[in-house]
Amino acid sequence: MSGYHHTTTTENLPTEHLNPVFTSENMAEVQVILKRYPEGKQKSAVLPILHIAQKQWGWLSSPVMDYVATMMDILPIEVYEVATFYTMFHTNPVGNYVLEVCRTGPCCLLGAEQVIDRIKERYNIHEGETSADGMFTIKPVECLAACGFAPVMQIREQYFEHLSVENIDALLDQLAATDPKTIGYVGNMPVDVK
Amino acid sequence: MALKILTEHINVPGIKTLEVYRQYGGYRSVEKAVKTMSPDDVVEEVKKSGLRGRGGAGFPTGMKWSFIDKKSGNPRYLVCNADESEPGTFKDRYLMSNNPHALVEGMITSSYALGANLSYIYVRGELLYVIRILQKAIDEAYAAGYLGKNILGSGYDLDLHVHPGGGAYICGEETALIESLEGKRGNPRNKPPFPAVKGLYQNPTVVNNVETIAAVPWIVNNTGDEYAKIGIGRSTGTKLISACGHLQKQGIYEIELGVPVEEFIYSDEYCGGIRKGHELKAVVAGGSSVPILPAHLILKTANGENRLMTYESLADGGFATGTMLGSGGFIAMDETTCIVRNTWNFARFYSHESCGQCSPCREGTGWMEKVLYRIEHGQGREHDIDLLVDVAKKIEGNTICPLGDAAAWPVAAAIRHFRHEFEWHIRQPQEATQPGAVYREQVLV
Repeated sequence: MSGYHHTTTTENLPTEHLNPVFTSENMAEVQVILKRYPEGKQKSAVLPILHIAQKQWGWLSSPVMDYVATMMDILPIEVYEVATFYTMFHTNPVGNYVLEVCRTGPCCLLGAEQVIDRIKERYNIHEGETSADGMFTIKPVECLAACGFAPVMQIREQYFEHLSVENIDALLDQLAATDPKTIGYVGNMPVDVK
Repeated sequence: MALKILTEHINVPGIKTLEVYRQYGGYRSVEKAVKTMSPDDVVEEVKKSGLRGRGGAGFPTGMKWSFIDKKSGNPRYLVCNADESEPGTFKDRYLMSNNPHALVEGMITSSYALGANLSYIYVRGELLYVIRILQKAIDEAYAAGYLGKNILGSGYDLDLHVHPGGGAYICGEETALIESLEGKRGNPRNKPPFPAVKGLYQNPTVVNNVETIAAVPWIVNNTGDEYAKIGIGRSTGTKLISACGHLQKQGIYEIELGVPVEEFIYSDEYCGGIRKGHELKAVVAGGSSVPILPAHLILKTANGENRLMTYESLADGGFATGTMLGSGGFIAMDETTCIVRNTWNFARFYSHESCGQCSPCREGTGWMEKVLYRIEHGQGREHDIDLLVDVAKKIEGNTICPLGDAAAWPVAAAIRHFRHEFEWHIRQPQEATQPGAVYREQVLV
């Protein structure tokens, strides 16, 4: 898995990754989160804080993780070992959209493999790679707990359901034409109700 | 219409708001518990109800609660396991996103029973939008005096927070979840000590599934005896079943435990049968880790009795001819399904999700995945089937947590019931690797 390595050099890093600092809005959220755990147990906050960091910087480079460690007063390794264990965290650069398509059994019964193949073919990329224009990274993931709406893909916080080789191209066209900052944070999704 | 407990009001417009939720009887259990019952009274009602853990293991909830160490005087915690990630299972997400106050109310009443003053809901990280919905519900509950200091003037204090995971199936295991909540990698802990004695921050902790906790308010309002009247035998109450795969109507259904499997699959009230023009081949009845059964064994037991949706009936026949209710992740497969490919897919899942702590699981899951991959891709060897059975046997029971068992069971069961499909792949690889090729009875005849 590519996630087990991370860039240890600061060469070629985008400038926002050098001397990283949370925006005041994100810092306020971090402060609220830190108060949720008992005195002396602030290490608990590492996962929620890493989610905020990834939202701000797009992926977790060494300087970003070091910054989180310093801010939380824990060792850098305590952040690295967590960031590399949990699959949601990107420890390498990614495209504007990470297409996290479910590749687990129930989604595959209804065509997930064909959808993944179509995306790879469309951008001529392998799993974990980013399209030449820097827009899309394809990252097949394990079960997203939406099996009844298969095949399913997640982009940031948003789920896209009932994908097929017939509708995936139109969706990608639409994404490519939209400001990446506006996609994936709408919060809700349709859920069939019986 | 069947009785609904968890989803009775889930379609009411605005039920996500505290105001509407309360109009439909919400938060009555908190009032009743903190004003008229002792914590032990609440535990007693849950014991009487026969409620069993809905995350998969089916352990009696009241008994789990009674194990919590109240003598040491250390702080006690209730942690809700909302790390729903067993393939085939998508019920908790539905409950939390559509009726968040049901979980918040259950957390308050259950925390009171356990004497916990600080509780967490650990939600899988992918569901960040659900976390926002839950947070809003929690904020409303604080504002209305159901959370915080001196709840409803009772003198009982409780703080409740939501905590996101980061994408790791293993964190659904309760000790891995606790490690994760402490800000570490999700490596399960050795038991004993059990979380009831040393859990979160080495203090007494109970970890319960979303659906389990959401059932508690009804039990407190209506008594445990009333809850125990629903269902059959030791399978009391209602259960959310998430149905997926080749069904006419996939979705989440609340059933009274005891519905016949055949009715659940074929009646219009539930799944409405298999998708048009196809027939049932196999079912994984309780999430990907439980043994797969061929159609004839899921509909009827080996003794020819109707199989029911209960813990006992689904397990009838042991692993030789039965399976488990598990988490209620019901995956139906029609005759177009290649069992070998599906088994390889599940093996890849467990290999990917193994935390790597115990060598039988770390090495064994990867080994099974590789052998299944080569069988599926036409490079299988004659002894591979026995090799898989052997590896599965050596993982099972030899690991700290049940992920090893969960990885071994689906492989062992697929070979037990569909051995001929594996043999076909090995002996006739040319045919078996054609796109969409699926074993049919007549092929080897």
